[in-house]
Amino acid sequence: MADTPLQIAGRDPKVEVPLTVREALSDSAKNIVAGVQSYADLALHSVTNLATGPRYFQDTLAQMDNIGVGSLPIILLSGFFIGAVMVLQTGSQFVRFGQTSLTGDVVSLALVRELGPAITGLLVAGRCASGMASELGSMLVTEQVDAMRAMGTDPSRKLVTPRVLATVLTFPLLVALSDFFGLLGGCLASVFSLRLDAVEFWRRSVDVLEFADLMQGFAKALVFGFILATVGCYKGLTVRGGTQGVGRATTQAVVVASVLIIVADTFLTKLSLYFANKLF
Amino acid sequence: MISAAISAGGSAAPITFLDVHVGFDEGEILKGISFQVLSRETLVLLGETGTGKTLALKLAAGLLQPLNGTVNVLGKDVSEMRERELLEFRRQIGFVFQEGALFDSMTVADNVAYRLREERADEQEIEERVREALRFVELEHTLELFPPELSGGMRRRVSIARALINRPPIVLYDSPTAGLDPVTSQTIISLILRLRDVYGVTAMLATHRLQDGFAMANYRFDPQAKRVVRDAAGDAAKAAGTRFLVLRDGGVYFEGTPEEIANSQDTYLRRFLV
Repeated sequence: MADTPLQIAGRDPKVEVPLTVREALSDSAKNIVAGVQSYADLALHSVTNLATGPRYFQDTLAQMDNIGVGSLPIILLSGFFIGAVMVLQTGSQFVRFGQTSLTGDVVSLALVRELGPAITGLLVAGRCASGMASELGSMLVTEQVDAMRAMGTDPSRKLVTPRVLATVLTFPLLVALSDFFGLLGGCLASVFSLRLDAVEFWRRSVDVLEFADLMQGFAKALVFGFILATVGCYKGLTVRGGTQGVGRATTQAVVVASVLIIVADTFLTKLSLYFANKLF
Repeated sequence: MISAAISAGGSAAPITFLDVHVGFDEGEILKGISFQVLSRETLVLLGETGTGKTLALKLAAGLLQPLNGTVNVLGKDVSEMRERELLEFRRQIGFVFQEGALFDSMTVADNVAYRLREERADEQEIEERVREALRFVELEHTLELFPPELSGGMRRRVSIARALINRPPIVLYDSPTAGLDPVTSQTIISLILRLRDVYGVTAMLATHRLQDGFAMANYRFDPQAKRVVRDAAGDAAKAAGTRFLVLRDGGVYFEGTPEEIANSQDTYLRRFLV
C-alpha cells in the first residue's frame, strides 16, 4: 500500500458483532435504569443545591421572566377558551335536565382541580421543557457546559437549579391565572350561550370551591412544574449526537414531560382526594 | 520506562501523567500514557484526529476522570479529586476550547468577565481587567458584541482573553488554529507566544499542525519591539522549553525536542512534516 499522508486518516474498519436478543434486551434495561438513576440524581441535586452556595438569583429571576411572563399569552388565551368550551359542552347536557345553573359549579371544580394544572402543565411543557432541552443541549454540544466547568462553575447550580426553582415558583401563579381566565371564558359563554346570569355563575363558581380543591390544584402545579423543568434540563444535558441529538432531545423532553405530567396527575388526584377526606 | 522515570523524578513538574488509561463504550482511547510538562514549558500534543489529544487536555483540567493511572496537576492528584474540589481547582487553569466555546447569550465583555464575576470581584476591577485582556488579544472594540457576530478567529482570540483573565499558571489549548486560514492561525499562535513569554505560563497545546509547534519553538515575543520575532538560534525554544509529544494508537509514539522531530527519519513522523 502506498505510504501517503492520506493513510494517516485511514483506520481499520471495525467489525460489528451483532447482539443476541437477550443481550439487546439486557442493554436496553440497563440503559433505562441508568437513565432513571441519572435523572433522579439531577432532580435531587437541583433541590439540594439550594442549601449551599453559590446561588444564582439573577439567573433565577431571568428564568422566571422567561417561563412566567413569557408563557402568559398562551396560558391566558387557552385558559379562557377551555373555560368557554367547558361551559358549552356541560351546558348542552344540563339543558336536558333543566339544571343549567349547575354549570358554574362543574366548570369551576374541573378547572381548579384538574384542567387548570394539567392543561397549563402540558402547554408549559411544550414551550419551556423544549426550550430548556434545546438551550442546554446546544450549550453541551458547543462545549459551553465544559467551558463552564473549566472556569470553576457547577452547571447543575448555574443552569439547572435556577430553571427548576423559577418553574416551581411561577407555575402555581400561571395555574391561578389560567383558572381565573377559564372562569372568565366560562362566564361569558354561559351568559351568551345559556342565557345565565353572570353574577350567579360567578357566585356559584366561587362558592363551590373548598380549601381542599385549591390545595389539590396548587399541589399539582408545584409537582408539574418540577417535572417539566427537571425533564427539560435532563434531556438537554444528556444530548448525544450533535445538532441532530439536540432536536431529538427537544422532542423527547416534551413527550416525556407530558406523559409524566399525565401519569403524576392520576396519582396526585387519588392522593389529594384521600387527604381531603382525612384532613378537611 | 517513561513511567519509571517519572515515578523516580517525583511530581515537581506542574503536570504529570502516569500510566493514564481512558476509554468509552467503543474501547480504550488512551492506553497508559505517561509524560510530564515542566514549569514554563509548552508541550505540543500532536496526533491524528481521535488519538486522544483533547482527552489529554480534559484530563489535565479534571474535566474527565481516567479509568486508571494518575494525573497530577500543580501538586494535586486530579484523578482522585471530587467534582466540588475540582471546581475550585480549575480556577488555576485556563482552557481554550477548539471552537472557542464562548457563551453565545452573553456579550464578549461578559464572557471574558465570567470567571471574575463568579469570584465576586469588584465591578470596576472587572471592567479594567476585561479591557486589559481584550487589549492583549487586540479586540477591545468588540466589548459589546455577541459571539455569533464575530469571525472564527476573533472567537478564538476572545476565548484566549477569557482563559487569561485571572492569570492562570497553566493554559491548555485545544486545537486553537483548527479550521482557520493561515493568516489568522499565525495571529493565534502569536498570541500564544505572547502569553508564554509575557506571563510565563506552562502550557499544553493540542494540534494536528506541526507548524504550530515549530512556531512555538522558533519564535519569541520581543517585549521591547512589542512583536513576535524569529529566533534563529532556537534559544527561545530552549529558554521557554518547547517539546513535542506524538500520540498514536492510544500510546505515546514520540516525545522529544523540535530538533529531534524535525530530524526524525521515522516514516510516520515524516507524514506530519509534509
